[in-house]
Amino acid sequence: MRPQDILLPVAAGLCCKPGGFHIDPVRPVERAVITHGHSDHARPGHGAVLATQETLDMMRLRYGENFAGSTQAIHYGEQIRLGDVTVKFHPAGHVLGSAQVAVTCEDTCIVASGDYKDAPDPTCTPFELVQCDVFITEATFGLPVFRHGDAADEVKKLLASVALFPERAHLVGAYSLGKAQRVIKLLRQAGYDAPIYLHGAMEKITDYYQSRGIDLGELRPAKGVKKATLAGTITLAPPSATSDLWTRRFPDPVTAFASGWMRVRARARQRGIELPLVISDHADWDGLTATIAATGAGEVWVTHGQEDALVHWCQTKGLKARPLDLVGYGDEEESETPPSDEAEA
Amino acid sequence: MNRFAELLDRLAYEPGRNNKLRLLTGYFREVGDPDRGYALAALTGALSFKHAKSALIRNLIATRTDEVLFGLSYDYVGDLSETVALMWPKAVGVHNNPPPPTLTEVVTTLRTLGKTELPKQLERWLDELDETGRWALLKLVTGSLRIGISARLAKTAAAALGDKDPHDVELVWPGLAPPYLDLFAWLEDRAEKPVNRDPAPFRPVMLAHAIEDSDFAALDPADYIAEWKWDGIRVQAVAGRDENGHITGRLYSRTGEDITGSFPDLVPSLHLPGAIDGELLILREGRVQSFNVLQQRLNRKVVSPKLIKEFPIHLRAYDLLGDDENDLRELPFAERRERLEAFIGKLGDPRIDLSPTVPFASWEALTAARADPASAGAGEDADAVEGVMLKRRDALYLPGRPKGQWWKWKRDPHIIDAVLMYAQRGHGKRSSYYSDYTFGVWTAGEGGDELVPVGKAYFGFTDEELLQIDRFVRRNTTEKFGPVRHVVHESDKGLVLEVAFEGLQRSPRHKSGVAMRFPRISRLRWDKPPREADRLETLERMLKAEAVEA
Repeated sequence: MRPQDILLPVAAGLCCKPGGFHIDPVRPVERAVITHGHSDHARPGHGAVLATQETLDMMRLRYGENFAGSTQAIHYGEQIRLGDVTVKFHPAGHVLGSAQVAVTCEDTCIVASGDYKDAPDPTCTPFELVQCDVFITEATFGLPVFRHGDAADEVKKLLASVALFPERAHLVGAYSLGKAQRVIKLLRQAGYDAPIYLHGAMEKITDYYQSRGIDLGELRPAKGVKKATLAGTITLAPPSATSDLWTRRFPDPVTAFASGWMRVRARARQRGIELPLVISDHADWDGLTATIAATGAGEVWVTHGQEDALVHWCQTKGLKARPLDLVGYGDEEESETPPSDEAEA
Repeated sequence: MNRFAELLDRLAYEPGRNNKLRLLTGYFREVGDPDRGYALAALTGALSFKHAKSALIRNLIATRTDEVLFGLSYDYVGDLSETVALMWPKAVGVHNNPPPPTLTEVVTTLRTLGKTELPKQLERWLDELDETGRWALLKLVTGSLRIGISARLAKTAAAALGDKDPHDVELVWPGLAPPYLDLFAWLEDRAEKPVNRDPAPFRPVMLAHAIEDSDFAALDPADYIAEWKWDGIRVQAVAGRDENGHITGRLYSRTGEDITGSFPDLVPSLHLPGAIDGELLILREGRVQSFNVLQQRLNRKVVSPKLIKEFPIHLRAYDLLGDDENDLRELPFAERRERLEAFIGKLGDPRIDLSPTVPFASWEALTAARADPASAGAGEDADAVEGVMLKRRDALYLPGRPKGQWWKWKRDPHIIDAVLMYAQRGHGKRSSYYSDYTFGVWTAGEGGDELVPVGKAYFGFTDEELLQIDRFVRRNTTEKFGPVRHVVHESDKGLVLEVAFEGLQRSPRHKSGVAMRFPRISRLRWDKPPREADRLETLERMLKAEAVEA
């Protein structure tokens, strides 16, 4: 069977005709298989949703009880038959509950990896390499200038800045699902045990992480805390909040941003960031290329991000590769819009 | 090198002056000799080696990476050094992991390295350093640090290491050389203050406060001497004898930067040992030219004979800080002024003259003189008068901006009413405010009158006014483009800003064809509907008037 007969990009997303479902559809469909809880991948309004328990819980937190007609939870390593294909979930190492979806039809196996990273992350199950014929990879950081380095070193940078400017508040912009909790956990692992403050928009999801047994230490809402009390503290907030009215409650804040984009100076400066922290939940260039090579796939489909460079690289390695023109997926940090009550939060 | 790179990296993002100082002083405290000395040299522009050309860097990366991948990356990042630093693949098979080079190693090696050996050496260092280290190295070797640190700021940070006065560092600076072991020894109280052996050292400059109308009541005219404030650049011209008895002449900017190289035509006039505080001007047939004319001679690396001939440089003297071996700074201004008059007379050089005092008996008389300099002694040069200076007769020459000693009283600036068109967020403390404003004036367009942008301003308003404008911008945004907001600007909807500026210049780079010098928001005209704001023709008339002056 030709791979494109198993999975095909259509307007609603990646469609599996023989299985009768879409993967991470951007429009409401009858049956959706969802890789992880970020809002560009997990949308409400589908008939039936198959995802990990964590992803389903996150969708419920964000969209309410009735986010889908019906839901089915699946474990990592569990295999399910859907129509003429079998579907198996494997950890993607991106955020809590994130999965790669292996779709097998007859003797052809395609892995749709969603968003993934091969770097260690104390808040989620590590990425698992899956042998396959066709590997569908993201390309968010698909340029050789993106090398993320060790996230622990970036957290050290943050702590050094807190020590140098004890009278200022440190505001760390971080996507509220995944990145924020990872940064908090990394701070704890680096020995920082003071209370960490949270923007209102990330309280719910952070509580959820803790309910799943991820110990994040003492967390406090930033709301209602006196300005002077916030000197020398660290607060996590959605990226868009760190440059808005909301920041006026902090004493002379140092604005940090935890993101893979921070590798490029112009990007950091454009956003008025003073302390860029290169911490990413996506694989960097070395991670992408190493993973592609290790899957043993002879064909690579490249989606959302810098497709050109990664397709070119595959071709120089003798791999069949093509960009998959899917629309509607972006970098979650770029697309996250602040909640409407943010000015008051 | 990695620690220095970390410092540069952090400085490049830090907008606040005090925070920059903290970062720098922290570095000087933490890092030992001689690395910190070479860092200070790099930051003050005191390192001298032949810089590498960007072609060399391109060739290096070409040997290591795929051309297409490099092209895509360079397009994305937009900066050669940064692209190379980020994508540099370490050599395969380097197993012994040599330690990264120290800053000292880099600087001292570059000093002696031949041109042919440079590529191999750079390659080795790039392999040994991390991303930030590579970035800093490439910035250093290509001579383009550009991280928003002035030499003055770096010296101030060094002074803070030993709680010393930055002016004392400036005083000894000209006699020092990298890696400044004697300087740091003094700063850390391990040695005596280094002696300045420079025959023509810079002396930290005394500055004036802007006077407000309300200040006059407390001031007695009899205590002050007034002189014209010329619209040129403030400089210090110093001449001294070296150990062989030869005269060395140097010209410094008000921040202590040696700018002698840009004005070789003035050097022969500095033949009498002494230190003059004065204004650099262009004189044609005895007449002072406008600042726009002077600008043609600023920031030139190469000074052609043609430029020298067309823009003859002139020094107009205000004050004398040193007369031969004697330091005059402890004398009252009235006495220094007498010494200055004698000194300029003795010098007898057509390129250096005395800035005249403006006689006055009352503040009313001085107000009249300031309003009409032509009839008050400035004659044909009146157009180059920017205002008047008031100096206490008994004022010692004190570095910095001491209170109540010197006042500057500028002539009224040019003022127009313009309409706020776009607003952009500020930086640092102001990053949550829309504090950078683009404003425009009316001009006839195809479909009737339209606004054309004429300038940008980001200060002049009070904190309270900033809050008001910020609120206005947020409530009246019509479109957003990244960090820029389009603010409503129609004939009867929008905000009129009174913009003050010092001068106008023709500029092909601006759509309106004019560029303002030193524009700032002087008032918010909530009372004025946008249609009553000024028109481009008004600016063009002002431009013509300036051209006549020039």
